[in-house]
Amino acid sequence: MPPDLEPEPTAAPLAFELPLKGREEASGWGRRLLIAAVLAWFAILILVPGAALVRQAFAKGWQPLAAALIDPEVRRVFALSLGLAAVATAVNTVFGIAMALVLVRQRFFGRTLIDGVVDLPFAVSPIVAGLMLIVLYGPESPIGGWLDARGIQVIYALPGMVLATTFVTVPFVVRELAPILRELGEEYEQAAHTLGAGRWRTFWSVTLPSIRWGVAYGVTLTVGRCLGEFGAVLVVSGNVIGQTQTATLYIADGVESFHPEGAYAASLVLAAASFVLLVGMDALRHRLEGAREVTS
Amino acid sequence: MEAGSIFSRRRPSPELLLRGAGLSYLGVMVVLPLLAMAWQATAPGPAAFWAAVTEPYAWHALKLTFLTAFVMMAVGAVTGTATAWVLVRYEFPGRGLVNALIDLPFAVPTVVTGVMLVALYGPDSVVGAILADAGWKVIYDQPGIILALLFVTYPFVIRSVQPVLLAMDRAEEEAAATLGAGPCATFFQVVLPSLWPSILTGSALAFSRALGEYGSVVMVAGNQPLLTRTAPIHVFGEIESGNRHGALAVSAVLLAASLLILVALHALQRRGEARDAS
Repeated sequence: MPPDLEPEPTAAPLAFELPLKGREEASGWGRRLLIAAVLAWFAILILVPGAALVRQAFAKGWQPLAAALIDPEVRRVFALSLGLAAVATAVNTVFGIAMALVLVRQRFFGRTLIDGVVDLPFAVSPIVAGLMLIVLYGPESPIGGWLDARGIQVIYALPGMVLATTFVTVPFVVRELAPILRELGEEYEQAAHTLGAGRWRTFWSVTLPSIRWGVAYGVTLTVGRCLGEFGAVLVVSGNVIGQTQTATLYIADGVESFHPEGAYAASLVLAAASFVLLVGMDALRHRLEGAREVTS
Repeated sequence: MEAGSIFSRRRPSPELLLRGAGLSYLGVMVVLPLLAMAWQATAPGPAAFWAAVTEPYAWHALKLTFLTAFVMMAVGAVTGTATAWVLVRYEFPGRGLVNALIDLPFAVPTVVTGVMLVALYGPDSVVGAILADAGWKVIYDQPGIILALLFVTYPFVIRSVQPVLLAMDRAEEEAAATLGAGPCATFFQVVLPSLWPSILTGSALAFSRALGEYGSVVMVAGNQPLLTRTAPIHVFGEIESGNRHGALAVSAVLLAASLLILVALHALQRRGEARDAS
């Protein structure tokens, strides 16, 4: 290991070189110890459990893992998870862009309060989020009763799961876009407007292209969170096997059963998916920073 | 936009339509469920609310949740600050990789986190067996809860402290060092005073997240009343057994605590911005 990779302070005045040198050497070991401790903590907390999952999933080799993954039950739960993620992400992207535009470009009474309300789903436990939806749309509530009389079941059915998934991911797109819109300013939009472009045209050909990487980043965060959502969906789904079971619910059920292979296989797929999303996010962040440097 | 222009036109302006759409979305998705819950939780009156919160199982669950979150926060503040410091200040092999993987706990589904931790520390694993021989029970016990919380909140303090450290002017540190202060004295007297707001912000966000954490904790700790049953697990149990009011009361306490933290952080940020502006 190289002894000290930090560049030496070459511009230091001569008179101070000796004591400074002494300090650097004395802290050389402390520095290495600190780096080692931080890396060890990272490994024990994050990497080794991940490796343990991979080992567990491959415990009996490739074939049982592959067999577990093409099981119709596993395919069904993943299809449901992806479907929920698609609907929730679509809703939150469209309205998230609108909400960010409203919060940044408009001045109105109560704007600061609304700004705080956007963050609310982050402060709510997923279980509590599910309970909120049961209170509002459950069969005993006025809205739930009204819908029930018309044959629409929300709680313990698909609509409730869509609502739960959407609720927990409301803030992502708004939070990602608001600072980007603020930094962008209104000049380009106003220029387009002066040149005769309508609002709609201005949005599509000026605003949206400038915020596209931010949108992509927010969408990635939303999809990741949707696929992983557990508590809120658990509360409102009723966890009916074969009907309202998502991938995460399947994993939680499967690990406690006598045949956990499917659960480990599904966990591995979700962990791999989140890893890919993370790498994608890292690439997007570089794009975002690159775009920011170009505009400024 | 002038207030008069709204009324002078026959059709509502695009701004107003956009605002209406955005606010309706937020109202239906977030505000309505919140109000419904707040109304139902407080409807039976303060005495019934207090009784539901102080009922032994609920009280223990709440105490356990706050206690484990505090322990997590104390450990996370120190390790998170150290990690941010090492990542910003030191060059070492694998630095970029570690920096990219810091956010992994945010990306991994909480249930999968639970499965990972059980696979590593569970009673059937090698590590679990070694720990059991030493007389330590991690999984299906309270240490497991703290471990799961540390995993899911790992990025908070690091990501909050990192930008502050990056933007920090090192002239003061160098001045302290030339005046003969050791690295520890420099850190505690020069660096820490300007770092603590970001440590506090990260820790508070982590604490708020820990109060509501369910997926990883339930997988790692199981659901044992008066031992590993945290408040969210308790709420879920009460919903399942039909005790709506008990579930609502404990939920209201959790929600109030998280909201308080959020509001306090907003105020802290405002003050920081005001100080920067002046």
